[in-house]
Amino acid sequence: MSALTGTGTLVRFGLRRARVRMLVWVLGIELLVIFTAVSVKNLYPTQESLDKVAALSQDNVAAIVFNGPPQALNTMGGQIAFQTGTTGLVLVGLMSIFMFGFFTRVEEENGRTELLLATVLGRHAPLVAAFILVTAMNVVLAGLVTLGLIGQDLPVVGSIAFGVSFLALGLVFTGITAMAAQITENTRVVYGSCAALVGLSFVLRAVGDIGDGTVSWLSPIGWSQKLRPYAGEQWWTLVVPVVATMVTFAAAWRLTERRDVGAGLIQPRPGRPTASALLSSPLGLAVRLQRGSLIGWSVGLVVLGGTYGSVANQIDQFVQDNKELADYFSAYGGATLTDAFFTTTALTLALIGGGFAVQAVLRTVSEEGSLRSELLLATPISRAAWAGSHLVIAVVGSVIVLGLTGLGTAVIYGIIVGDFSTLPRLVGASLAYLPAVWVLAGLALLLYGVVPRAALAAWAAYAAMIVAGFLGDVLNLPQWVLGLSPFDHSPALPANDFTLLPLVVITAVALALAAIGLVGFRRRDTPV
Amino acid sequence: MTAIIELEGLVKTFGSTRALDGLDLLVEEGTVHGFLGPNGSGKTTTIRVLLGLLRADTGRARLFGGDPWRDAVNLHRRLAYVPGDVNLWPKLSGGEVIDLLGRLRGDLDARRRAELLERFELDPRKKARTYSKGNRQKVALVAALSSSAELLILDEPTSGLDPIMEAVFQECIREIKTEGRTVLLSSHILAEVEALCDGVSIIRAGRTVQSGTLTDLRHLTRTAITADTVRPPTGLDRLPGVHGLKVENHRARFDVDTDHLDEAVRALTELGLRSLTSQPPTLEELFLRQYGDVLAHDGVAVKGAEEVKSAEEVAR
Repeated sequence: MSALTGTGTLVRFGLRRARVRMLVWVLGIELLVIFTAVSVKNLYPTQESLDKVAALSQDNVAAIVFNGPPQALNTMGGQIAFQTGTTGLVLVGLMSIFMFGFFTRVEEENGRTELLLATVLGRHAPLVAAFILVTAMNVVLAGLVTLGLIGQDLPVVGSIAFGVSFLALGLVFTGITAMAAQITENTRVVYGSCAALVGLSFVLRAVGDIGDGTVSWLSPIGWSQKLRPYAGEQWWTLVVPVVATMVTFAAAWRLTERRDVGAGLIQPRPGRPTASALLSSPLGLAVRLQRGSLIGWSVGLVVLGGTYGSVANQIDQFVQDNKELADYFSAYGGATLTDAFFTTTALTLALIGGGFAVQAVLRTVSEEGSLRSELLLATPISRAAWAGSHLVIAVVGSVIVLGLTGLGTAVIYGIIVGDFSTLPRLVGASLAYLPAVWVLAGLALLLYGVVPRAALAAWAAYAAMIVAGFLGDVLNLPQWVLGLSPFDHSPALPANDFTLLPLVVITAVALALAAIGLVGFRRRDTPV
Repeated sequence: MTAIIELEGLVKTFGSTRALDGLDLLVEEGTVHGFLGPNGSGKTTTIRVLLGLLRADTGRARLFGGDPWRDAVNLHRRLAYVPGDVNLWPKLSGGEVIDLLGRLRGDLDARRRAELLERFELDPRKKARTYSKGNRQKVALVAALSSSAELLILDEPTSGLDPIMEAVFQECIREIKTEGRTVLLSSHILAEVEALCDGVSIIRAGRTVQSGTLTDLRHLTRTAITADTVRPPTGLDRLPGVHGLKVENHRARFDVDTDHLDEAVRALTELGLRSLTSQPPTLEELFLRQYGDVLAHDGVAVKGAEEVKSAEEVAR
């Protein structure tokens, strides 16, 4: 079939190009599921403890909203599916979207598809090759998840159903992305609209799950959960995702025939003919370039903060009945368990939010790599002003991100307990980690200015701080290693007392790192 | 005349690569100066040194009499730059980029901007991601040309433009020249350089190999002669500066070094001239002569202007 000529070559080419990316996604999701399964098993070692947590979660609206439908929660399989299922499904959806986009729209936007289609290659070959590659990822992931869960002594049929529920969702979003990629020529719009559909699926099934489950039928995530892994599998429900995949893929196939290479079905909206007042300074440009990312991080962290806030009032009750959790939180000694919970929450949110600061500063790397920085640095803009503009976004943006996530926690908690008096304390607990986050920003700028080729190592430092923060105790890391992280020196509020000195010192370190970075950048060649 | 750009013995190395190897460049106020050289010869590196983006290892660099590295910010108030590789922010429209760059430079002229948009037939509302290479180049050109900067540094600014836009570009540069402003024009398009430039510097492997006005340079090169004579043209091969002599009956074709043109023509007159055509060397020949040995080294059978001539003969 001539429309498919060269598909096999493209598949091999894609494997060669994206093998690391593919591996990271698949193994990342696999490890998340297995680690969660292991920790659930350790947390609830007896049937009695399972019964207790099931009773707690059964009618807990907050837990159901974020975890999924309460299906057979008093079994180990049901509990694991509840704890990891929805997160896993969201990640599978994102993996399918980003990988399909990577293989199709990104290539087309860069003009590489044109290069390939000019050779002996069928019109549909790129679409089909991408579909084969992403489907293969989903199949491998489903297989690994199934085997991993069977390895944890879970029922075989339920484990297969759980793996298949991932595969079903992956296929649906592969089809949806295939269709979206034909409609618009803008990769970011493809990613954004498809990711928003994942979000909508999440919300629709949440609405359904806290009701009678009908609304969940509107959601691809709901379809996968209707399969009921470990809870009396209903295999016939797979008809819905299979049909949805076939329909969307067929639509993508037809749309490919109706549009030009490089274009979409929808013509792009024109922009402004003249610039607004914002675009008058390097900072204005940095705001314009980074505001989308700032909004994205803020929304994500507000939702996460809200999630924590929604479960906080049940913590005391929850933990009383669970010795391991009680041990975990009592490490903070003296404070109430709810405060201890909020302390962990603030650290968690701050560690995640630190990613925004790193990303914002490292924008300089891509601006320089694409030579766009050259256009600006040839105007009377000093190097410090240009690099500093992205640092300002990181510093001010992290105030917004951490402030909002603390506010999200506090407001949702306040609504549930009907009392907003903890609001300043909770927002303050988040903001107390600002200097630590600024150290990350300063470190990224230092690397960029002094050793630009190694600037991306800032992400490694970020990952190391996350590991130290989340798993430091579990991994038994020595104190001096933990002490390398600025998060370790920040006052852990609200469970502990506020101390100003560490914050001053950490801020000074951040300033010093940033200053060295700016001086280094002033003294080096650009582009490197 | 004041020198706007003065580079002397500039050396810049990247690791073991010697990108600039003693480069000289002099550009005087109010002139359009062509900056020629094959790919990878160091043109862009030179421009980046001038912009204070790269720091030269040794040598002297002066821009408006100042140090391009130390005084970068102040010097940039007086210049506008169009890079060879124009990359824009995909989300911004062309109009937004033009305004941004103009405001950063501080000399955005709205009337001129509108006029240039029209002349270059550029739609300022399109997002940069949807522009072709030529259109991205037009955005950078409109941004630079709508400024009142004293110096324009243009790095192969027309490589993506069609012939009509090329003509518009040449027109704009002539206007800038009449206003007494200075232009450094790096280019591959020799016809463009020939049409626009007062002076030319040809560089190779990071070193300036020829520099001067176009007239000066022509003196260094050969004129192509075709002559029909009454007596068979013998003895021409003994004349100094004659190259590639070809004699067919009463017709002689050869190239002669411009310095020896007089003697050659006198010799032809003695043979009894029936007809004579002479062709001054084009920049293209000049350029190819400078790189003749490079081409020969690469296995291309070109050795200076003679071979170019004979190729033209074949074409005729």
